[in-house]
Amino acid sequence: MSVVFERKGDTLVALLSGEIDHHTAAEFRDSIDREAEMLHPSVLVLDFGGIGFMDSSGIGLIMGRYRNAAAYGGVIRVINPSPMIERMMKLAGMTRLDVI
Amino acid sequence: MRAKAKNEMRLVIPSNSANESFARSAVAAFMAQLDPTIEEMTDIKTAISEAVTNCIVHAYRDTIGNIWIEAKIYDDGRICVSVRDKGCGIPDVSRAMEPLFTTGGGERAGLGFAVMESFTDKLRVRSAVGKGTTVTMEKRVAQRYRHDG
Repeated sequence: MSVVFERKGDTLVALLSGEIDHHTAAEFRDSIDREAEMLHPSVLVLDFGGIGFMDSSGIGLIMGRYRNAAAYGGVIRVINPSPMIERMMKLAGMTRLDVI
Repeated sequence: MRAKAKNEMRLVIPSNSANESFARSAVAAFMAQLDPTIEEMTDIKTAISEAVTNCIVHAYRDTIGNIWIEAKIYDDGRICVSVRDKGCGIPDVSRAMEPLFTTGGGERAGLGFAVMESFTDKLRVRSAVGKGTTVTMEKRVAQRYRHDG
């Protein structure tokens, strides 16, 4: 797994690569939180374009970042989800959160 | 009469989270004999990942125990997979299967059983407190060519 960060003004983009399961989610979480806590970006963009597999641990990862960002007044956006990831997000009712 | 499996596999792994990827990949590799689509294979991989994660996060919460995975494929394109543990068991299976119910903490979505149910055709959960849990899933892979006998 890897996370590459890009700053665009007040937006922080996290480009995620690899597979997200319960094992790797902790590493993704720690990496994203470390960067986001330093910068407190207005918008945290999670780019799922490089994610080849994701189970519901990925939903927990998104929800946790959503809560963290909300705590300091930020928002998150999820971009480039595969149809499979989008299906998982719909199952979780995340379309109502307006993050995709 | 019960159909006879045309092939089967068994796998025993310790409940280390590093084995989640191995478990789903092993079943996917075995399932390849059914010539599934990428989507069908991903569905099974996801369901296996959820079942194995439940063993690690819930059944063997503070310990390491064995997880038994058994997969069978049939001539009619079905794959049946069971994931069994000898962990703590589930006191209320119906409640555990409700979407968003979790005892796994803030980073768990509580969607494990909902995903297994949604991504397979059949799901059965048998559990006894203190003895363990067996999750059995079945999915039929579309037969895209049947002219080769």
